[in-house]
Amino acid sequence: MNPIHPAESLLFVRLIMLLMGSVALWVSPVFALDGQVQIHDPSTIMQCNGKFYTYGTGGSSLVSDDGWTWHRGVTPARRGMAPDIIHLGDRYYLYVAANIGGQPRAAVNMISSKTLDPNSPDYKWEEGGIVASSNGVEFCNAIDPGLFLDPADGKLWLVYGSYFGYLRLVQLDPKTGKRVDPNDKPVDIAINCEASILIYRDGWYYLLATHGSCCRGADSGYNIRVGRARKVTGPFLDHTGLDMLLGGGKLFVGSGGRVIGPGHFGLLDLGDGVQKYSCHFEADLDRGGASVVDIRPLLWKDGWPVAGDNFKEGVYAVESVRTGTALELAVEGVPVGGRRSRGARGATPGGPGAGGSGRGMFGGQGGVIPPQDVAEVSKTWPAGNVGIRMSNYLCQAQQMWDVTPVANAGGYPGAPYFKIAIAGTDRTLAVGEDGELVAVPAFTGGHEQLWRLDQLADGTWRIMPKFAPTARESLTLSAVGSSFATLAKFDPASDKQRWLFKTP
Amino acid sequence: MTTLHNIHVPILVVLAGSAFLAMAVAGCAARSPVSSPTCSISAGKAPGADGFVRRWLILEPIRVNGQLTDSDVRAAVKKEYFPNQLTIIPHDGDKVTVGGTELTWHAVDTNDYNVNLYYFAYGLGKPTSNVLFWAVTIVNCPQKTPGVRLAIGSNAASVWWVNDQEVIGIYGDRQTVIDDGVSKRLTLEKGPNVVRCAIINGGGATDFCARFLDGEDRPLKGFTVSVDDAGR
Repeated sequence: MNPIHPAESLLFVRLIMLLMGSVALWVSPVFALDGQVQIHDPSTIMQCNGKFYTYGTGGSSLVSDDGWTWHRGVTPARRGMAPDIIHLGDRYYLYVAANIGGQPRAAVNMISSKTLDPNSPDYKWEEGGIVASSNGVEFCNAIDPGLFLDPADGKLWLVYGSYFGYLRLVQLDPKTGKRVDPNDKPVDIAINCEASILIYRDGWYYLLATHGSCCRGADSGYNIRVGRARKVTGPFLDHTGLDMLLGGGKLFVGSGGRVIGPGHFGLLDLGDGVQKYSCHFEADLDRGGASVVDIRPLLWKDGWPVAGDNFKEGVYAVESVRTGTALELAVEGVPVGGRRSRGARGATPGGPGAGGSGRGMFGGQGGVIPPQDVAEVSKTWPAGNVGIRMSNYLCQAQQMWDVTPVANAGGYPGAPYFKIAIAGTDRTLAVGEDGELVAVPAFTGGHEQLWRLDQLADGTWRIMPKFAPTARESLTLSAVGSSFATLAKFDPASDKQRWLFKTP
Repeated sequence: MTTLHNIHVPILVVLAGSAFLAMAVAGCAARSPVSSPTCSISAGKAPGADGFVRRWLILEPIRVNGQLTDSDVRAAVKKEYFPNQLTIIPHDGDKVTVGGTELTWHAVDTNDYNVNLYYFAYGLGKPTSNVLFWAVTIVNCPQKTPGVRLAIGSNAASVWWVNDQEVIGIYGDRQTVIDDGVSKRLTLEKGPNVVRCAIINGGGATDFCARFLDGEDRPLKGFTVSVDDAGR
């Protein structure tokens, strides 16, 4: 069980975390966000006039033009712990908690502004007052607010609480952001966790809350867990049927790789069925153990949210979900191990009729057949631009795509743009002047050669060029035929634009 | 060309597994596993809801080596077998001489999505393996239609042209799959548009299907298909 710290102590610890992050030697990682990403207890990431904003403990804030490269933002009008933010009507409502004296005496204050852009004349935070509190005696610590606008009925809810007792739910007025009735008794929905928020999907309400210990760097046990209910007020049960009021919670994401202690889930819905989640990691070992914000794909399986992973560079076969065929350079393939004719059936490996080799028709050529040497087989490939097509995957060189992040080329929420080229060559997937796919002979960094990879809810991938010369809208790699891919507007209901990256 | 609606030499109804394929071939003797009643060919046949082009002029098969790699197929198609083979709009019953052998163009209708070349050749007493088929049809559009794609399937490799421009090449030993090879976006002109293909079979079954897709990848309709003079 977590000890209760004096409010000042907790705030101090969180501020120290920020300072540590800001002075740590920063090494640009490949697969975490870029730029200044040190923050603790980040809010839900909010989009405003094309930019992305998040607010953290101690008045910290981060802003990004593309969701990939971040830099320090402006401190909002009210500092505190673990804010959350929501956009309602023409205003942004920021909820910030603070302990009053010692924990668990605390209150959640609301402030609002028409914009999050400090350079806008409309940037002005207005105080909205206290929307929830704990008196220091009751079994709740009223910090860590999380906002939820119910898409089913338009009602606005606030969930709050941190380890000391219950997470509680109160209803707010979506027109003002204030309590509907300050005298309403809060509803207890979980216990012994913090940093919670609600989301909704297909008739289920999901409560995502953070378990484990925070604020201990790489020794933090923070992890995000989830329960679901048919009603917003619960009961929220995990996959075993255990109520979150009894400590239940299905693991959504824990520590992994070189990042420790995820907490403070936030939903980033990009539309067209593309969802991502934000969180902080208590310690990024590649950033000196600083607390950092991250954005990752949000997947769904069997009615439960699943934490996806941002794309990992490597060599892949790119397979269409619709057709099962693989993307390839439109060149004549050379069978791995050499071409062979189709002989008469009947001979078995080493069996009767196997011939002089003793292997027969199905006995192979013996030994380990090495991977195809692209330098050798590509000698007959045409110079210049080459078309793109799809074919059955046969482990051939023209089907091996090396997918690598491109530095300083920008990105999108959670990831940088990627170069996709035939492994061992510089022949790069691009959008031709006619708006169709082509492989150019060399990567130049042009926007038509940069690719955005978003993992979709089912775990497949959407592949989009940063720029298509003839397009007036965003286009997506699309398997219009079994042997031909093109670019087309994304249709979330179709398999045409869903792709698998398979390790050869 | 021979007036198609005067042709009443129907021939094939083929039972292949449980699939029932009906195809009428003009002016050829029947050598069918199953004979069929008349299926007359009339001008201006519109595609069905699935958009498949079901009317073609097909030349009796030309013997080739039947190799199906990209380069083998391209070499086979590049070879000139008869004059103007990439521009000719034949008539039903027209004849060409290839390697000393006289071959005939046949107008064909099919009720299925595909044209079964195996039974076309089999019914004519022609070879079905290691052969090349030329096929031509005329798509008549009521207006200029940009942004469409030709979408084909073939057993086995095939190369396709629309209005004399090569638009699709698919290679290797393959079966007919709907919308296997798909062209880049192209424009169908108002009036007649010539669609031509060369299909090479190594052995066994051989067939093809073809349709156009609109800008939303839906089957294109609203056109007619003819193989008579009106289509020129």
